[in-house]
Amino acid sequence: MSPDKDDSEKDGREPSRPLEKSRPGAAPAIRLSGIDKSFGTVRANRDIALTVEEGTIHGIVGENGAGKSTLMSILYGFYQADRGDIFVRGRKVEIASSDDAIAAGIGMVHQHFMLVDNFSVLENVILGAEGGILLKAGVARARAELQRLEREYELQVDPDAIIGELPVGLQQRVEILKALFRGADTLILDEPTGVLTPSEADHLFRILRQLKSQGKTVILITHKLREIMAITDNVSVMRRGEIVRTLPTAETGPEELAELMVGRRVLLRVEKGEAAPGAPLLSVERLTVVDGKGVRRVDDVSFEVRAGEIVGIAGVSGNGQSELLEAIAGIRPATSGSIWLEGGKDLARQADPARRRLDGLAHVPEDRHRMGLVMAFEENENSVLGYHLGPEYAAGPILKLDAMREDARRKIERYDIRPPDCRLKTANFSGGNQQKIVLAREMERDPSVLLVGQPTRGVDIGAIEFIHRQLVAMRDAGKAILLVSVELDEIRALSDRILVMFAGRIVGEAGPEADEGELGLMMAGIADEEAAA
Amino acid sequence: MDLTAAVLVLDSAVRLATPLLLACLAGLYSERSGIFDIGLEGKMLAGAFAAGAVAYWTGSAWLGLLAAIGAAIALALVHGFASITQRGNQIVSGVAINFLAAGLTALLGQAWFSQGGRTPQLSGDARFSSLTLPGAEALRDVPVLGPIYYELISGHNLIVYIAFLMVPLTWWVLFQTRFGLRLRAVGENPAAVDTAGISVPFLRYRAVLICGVLTGVAGAYLAIAQSAGFIVNMTAGKGFIALAALIFAKWRPWPAMGACLLFGFLDAVAIRLQGAYVPFIGEVPVQFMQALPYVLTVVLLAGFIGRAVPPKAGGVPYVKER
Repeated sequence: MSPDKDDSEKDGREPSRPLEKSRPGAAPAIRLSGIDKSFGTVRANRDIALTVEEGTIHGIVGENGAGKSTLMSILYGFYQADRGDIFVRGRKVEIASSDDAIAAGIGMVHQHFMLVDNFSVLENVILGAEGGILLKAGVARARAELQRLEREYELQVDPDAIIGELPVGLQQRVEILKALFRGADTLILDEPTGVLTPSEADHLFRILRQLKSQGKTVILITHKLREIMAITDNVSVMRRGEIVRTLPTAETGPEELAELMVGRRVLLRVEKGEAAPGAPLLSVERLTVVDGKGVRRVDDVSFEVRAGEIVGIAGVSGNGQSELLEAIAGIRPATSGSIWLEGGKDLARQADPARRRLDGLAHVPEDRHRMGLVMAFEENENSVLGYHLGPEYAAGPILKLDAMREDARRKIERYDIRPPDCRLKTANFSGGNQQKIVLAREMERDPSVLLVGQPTRGVDIGAIEFIHRQLVAMRDAGKAILLVSVELDEIRALSDRILVMFAGRIVGEAGPEADEGELGLMMAGIADEEAAA
Repeated sequence: MDLTAAVLVLDSAVRLATPLLLACLAGLYSERSGIFDIGLEGKMLAGAFAAGAVAYWTGSAWLGLLAAIGAAIALALVHGFASITQRGNQIVSGVAINFLAAGLTALLGQAWFSQGGRTPQLSGDARFSSLTLPGAEALRDVPVLGPIYYELISGHNLIVYIAFLMVPLTWWVLFQTRFGLRLRAVGENPAAVDTAGISVPFLRYRAVLICGVLTGVAGAYLAIAQSAGFIVNMTAGKGFIALAALIFAKWRPWPAMGACLLFGFLDAVAIRLQGAYVPFIGEVPVQFMQALPYVLTVVLLAGFIGRAVPPKAGGVPYVKER
């Protein structure tokens, strides 16, 4: 599975093909040389050499844990490198704190926004750059400067809005504004599209192109190859703490990048045959869920999932998919409507996830940290959680620890969970391996109906391939699978039928061959309005 | 109750509210920066003891005040070291400080003065005496206005005026200055402050120091302004009532003043009504009246203020992520 030294790794040291430059002859915006960083015994970055040309968008790709974030944190002064030099526009700089990075013209938009929720946009922007002991003068100046930046870069946002009340897309704009307000010439964005809807992501890319056209340099960290191909000029691939290759984006493709990232050939498409749907195993009829605030989260939804098919629910996050999954899984009672599992009775009003599991329904929750796993537990404890009272793991109130661990070891082997240690604390596994723990737990029960929410969120390419194969295998074994994902690519790759949810309702159905634009319109509720008109 | 009686109760409310207000504002600075401080009580007590002892030795109220501030700052720094530098549990550290202060003041008091833990009686310049504001004597006999100005506004000691002036000052610092903006930010999201290039520990240490100064002043007030010497456990839970007032005020300075005045008022009424005859009920037991402020605290906190959301990063040590 993991060839340690293959060809691509060896030639990573060789000089790469010439990179895209905006102004030939200019000193690079950023040059790193010989950067090393260890955390304890783990070498997060080893001997990194990276050149980012001025006025370009430079992508950095790599799997989780490849060292991308560490490298950028070093550049932004969050950590100090153990060794190595940083040059900004040809001049060597010492970056001992974020303050130094800001002074060197480097700004960063973190993956988890560094904003104060109960502050206004303006207060967040000036924090740390107030321009004097008293706020008044600084605030007035900041207001004027924000207006200028808004005009220049399509960064509209109300300066007096409270951050916590803004959607994430706008919060991200505030982060960009913060960096620009501090006079950043080089902007680092860490996984910026993870939280965005497709249209917000498009807007972000327009902003980035605008920044580039104004001579700013952008470093884009992502694991989405599509984004790299769409917007970057040059791309560096990281694997296990090293930069394995830097090359112009125009001269590469997703397959080559994926191979460089993982270190072996990766299948980006999901291979699956024709579906052979049988009898319906899960039926939902006129299901409505009203939440505690009186909002209709799920509104009159009906559908069926048959044996041997994957039904995908597409939609922008927050349009009722989570509540739908929770209602079917029995976590949240439905307000009205019906839910049937194969020939059983109506379960809509009975919120009892434990019963539901006994009835042959398994659930891989959307948020594995919040609902899927207890992070402080050992792997083997999580790998039976929810089924732990069954006779195979417990004798009355006493757990059979040996049986649990034996069972966990079996799952670890079958699902290639790494490191293969069932006594390790769950928090110490990577995101992809944590997800495999949940999947193994739910799939190995051999349920007839499987609910899967965001199966590959925060999961590496290599693991994604594995998870997708497992889901298809379950389908082919005649199970009914309901898949919810905000990744449209994933929905299209796996689903035999696609339902689109908008504002709590199912606004359309399409086959897997459906055109992305068409689905996008339905997800934005546009097709729905036309139908109503 | 006639006007004079009402004015006297209110006057007493102001005096009783003063230490609460100082401690409450002290807690406000600390907790707004994300450092929960359950040790207000202990710092106040240490301050009161230091003030009583030093004022007795030197005969100077001012030196007593300085000593109180010094003692409270010392304990504040212990709390800061434990919870900022060592990233320890802030509740545990606060409780430890309370125990330490309670035990140490009684022990040293007995060792040094042999009066059962008290410090000797103070008089003259060793105490802060009442100030008569200009025009108070002249206005004294004007109806309504006279007693209000003479009794209620004038005639308090310096620390009372300092405490109430701290309210607008705190508001101004918090909402109009750079320090205040950063202080509020670090209590909500220290990572945002760190990535903005500002030192989180330095900011928090400054907040904890201000907390020490104010609790020291509160302690000095108890020992050498309101009373004439230190008595064992003379804070009697005021630090905790101040914390309750802080929550009640949702960590804002003006409501903090309102809350402290309310608690002071309840206390004053309780004292006033001791042994008094209430229609239909008869004589109210002293214990009931004494318990009233605490009962009301519970009731108010439980149901009347809506959700009090503490600073989001409160109580959580800041560790750089990843």
